[in-house]
Amino acid sequence: MSEPAGSVGIAERPAGALLELEARAERAAARGPKPTRVVAARVSLRLRLLELWRSRELFAFLVRKEIKVKYKNSFLGFLWSMLNPALTLTVFYVIFTFFLPNGIPHFVIYMFAAVLLWNLFQNSIMAGTASITGNAGLVRKVSFPREILALASVGAGVVFFVFQFVVMLLFLLGFWHRPDWPVLWLVPLALIAIIAFAAALAVFLSAANVYLRDTQHLVEVILLAWFWAVPGIYAFSGAVHNKLYRHRLLGIPGTHLLWLYFANPIVAPVMTFQRVFYNVNHPISTLPTCVARAGRIVCAHDPVKDGVLAHYSTLWYVGADLTVFGVSMVLLLGAMVLFARLEGNFAEEL
Amino acid sequence: MNTAVDVVDVSKRFRLYHEKYTSLKERVLHAGRNPFEEFWALRDVTFSVIEGETVGIVGRNGSGKSTLLKCISGILQPTKGKVVVRGQLAALLELGAGFQPELTGRENVFLNASLLGLSTREVERRYDDIVAFAELEHFIDNQVKYYSSGMYMRLGFAVAVNVEPDILVIDEVLAVGDEDFQRKCMGRIRQFQDDGRTILFVTHAADQVRQICDRAVVLDSGDMVAMGGAGEALHHYHERLVAAGGVGDPAGNDGAEGAPRLRRIRLGEASLEHPGTGSRGYLLPGESLSVQVPFEALEKTPDVVFGIAIRDQQGNLIYRSDTAELDQTFDAPVGVGRVDFTFDTVPLLEGSYDVGIVVSDRTGVAIDIQDRAAHFDVMNPGRTKGTVALGLRAEIRPPILG
Repeated sequence: MSEPAGSVGIAERPAGALLELEARAERAAARGPKPTRVVAARVSLRLRLLELWRSRELFAFLVRKEIKVKYKNSFLGFLWSMLNPALTLTVFYVIFTFFLPNGIPHFVIYMFAAVLLWNLFQNSIMAGTASITGNAGLVRKVSFPREILALASVGAGVVFFVFQFVVMLLFLLGFWHRPDWPVLWLVPLALIAIIAFAAALAVFLSAANVYLRDTQHLVEVILLAWFWAVPGIYAFSGAVHNKLYRHRLLGIPGTHLLWLYFANPIVAPVMTFQRVFYNVNHPISTLPTCVARAGRIVCAHDPVKDGVLAHYSTLWYVGADLTVFGVSMVLLLGAMVLFARLEGNFAEEL
Repeated sequence: MNTAVDVVDVSKRFRLYHEKYTSLKERVLHAGRNPFEEFWALRDVTFSVIEGETVGIVGRNGSGKSTLLKCISGILQPTKGKVVVRGQLAALLELGAGFQPELTGRENVFLNASLLGLSTREVERRYDDIVAFAELEHFIDNQVKYYSSGMYMRLGFAVAVNVEPDILVIDEVLAVGDEDFQRKCMGRIRQFQDDGRTILFVTHAADQVRQICDRAVVLDSGDMVAMGGAGEALHHYHERLVAAGGVGDPAGNDGAEGAPRLRRIRLGEASLEHPGTGSRGYLLPGESLSVQVPFEALEKTPDVVFGIAIRDQQGNLIYRSDTAELDQTFDAPVGVGRVDFTFDTVPLLEGSYDVGIVVSDRTGVAIDIQDRAAHFDVMNPGRTKGTVALGLRAEIRPPILG
């Protein structure tokens, strides 16, 4: 560094100016303690989380903005977020009841319970991935914890979920379908699990999309496939359980492929929702009737007779949801650390 | 006195890619072969700002001013070093940067204020002030996309200054709106200073630095070359400008190869002459004044323009003109000459004034500048108050008694 030439210290200034500065500093000090912030290449996670907490009101505004902007200037406004799932469901209902009957009784409710959560996840991830690149003007010119953009996308996803939940309640009323009231308390568990997972993924993908702009398209394709890894269109017990249960995972004794299916963090919350709201045939066991025939085990499954849902206990759902939640929170912290590493160059890369 | 901003050894490196690959496909195709040049926009910049101080950041284009502001406000992270900010900081790098065109003015006020770190309760309390300040009472419920650019900027400024942060960071955004609005902005900045709030701002306008700043930082190609009192720092700034080949040289690369380019024309020491020269050291209002500046032309320069400016001690510009204004063009041959500026009458009342001299070529690029070439005082023997000696006559018509 070249020595700052002609540096004039405070003391060398005219006495009048010095007095005025002192008076100003006094007035500044009179406003009480001030938060300290450090801008550096590495800032501790604790400080980042603190910053995030200080910006919670901004989070609320960004969620509101996201919702308002989405349906501004449209005639039906936020009703679209309700019509959308209603129409999707109608289409699937017609196809899988009349053209490709899958034999699931009250299929609409079964599927709606899954689609509801799936939409929450999908909306959050898609909007979250594009949240940093889509707000480039903001990121380049205004300073705030940027994770909050991705988190606000998830927040908006939750709000849309609430709208769609109202539609589901209408469907339940329309079909006079009774949820399993005693286990209603499972619903918040499933929700925090899926929200935490969506948040972790959204934070990570939003940063990745800045460096690799086609992340967005990749995510769309992956989501398309991912939907089929969730029991929404097909019955869990028939199509999944019986087929996967019989195969070992990598040939290890005592394991089965079903574990792989449950490794998908969306599955447990979705099954929880179905358990609570679909509630058909409960408590019929779904263990299939398997018989040994000519040396091979053959299982027959009838969704109506054997049930559609899994036969797991309430405790299983609690455990599964809490596991997803716990793992997701770890992932979320990891995503934030990664985000912090990548964030330094956002303003340049955008 | 507490420091509000500590800039500690801040360096910022940018990578300039010849072609930027931003998709997965491109990255795979050009795996590991993405040529770039490193470029240090800031190198080991260290200074601190005391609470309540107003510090200007000046420098030529590309000297790293905006990068420094972005590092301070947390938009960019420094590659090395750190910035410690004590207090709530609001950055005005672009007016209305956070505005959403689809939302109404009202909604944007709330969103933007919370982006700048204000709580909802506070926004509600100041909402009327903000709208009144922006003069947008009738349009506040319209969508912002229907605003004119002036309305847009006024609203942006109104939100930012009403946030009342401890530290305000401004990047050349003070030239907003009509004169009235600008006056209002300056008034608000003075009020900010009086409240003991810290202001950091980037500008090209030397006048503004002189008017507002206690101190200034001068940056040149990422290095901090001076930090000091506003006048002192500006002096360095102007010297740099001249050394690098003049004001308004956007690339500013001329000096990079070696020693600064020689000035084609050098200004000598100016001398003043007025009717009282020799007997008293001050002017009386209305007296004449002549400023004589010797110069030396080192090479033949066509269309040379000499300019003169008079400022008061607060840095306010009192008068500025040049020989081009007087339709006197001059092709300077090599050699020594002198330019005499003469004011037939100096209608100033009381005060201390600095005379600045500049010589520039026809494109307006300064060849040499003497910021404070000379100094004179005016003493007012009468009891008149003010700055300008306006000729006053009075005639009193007594009431007609009936």
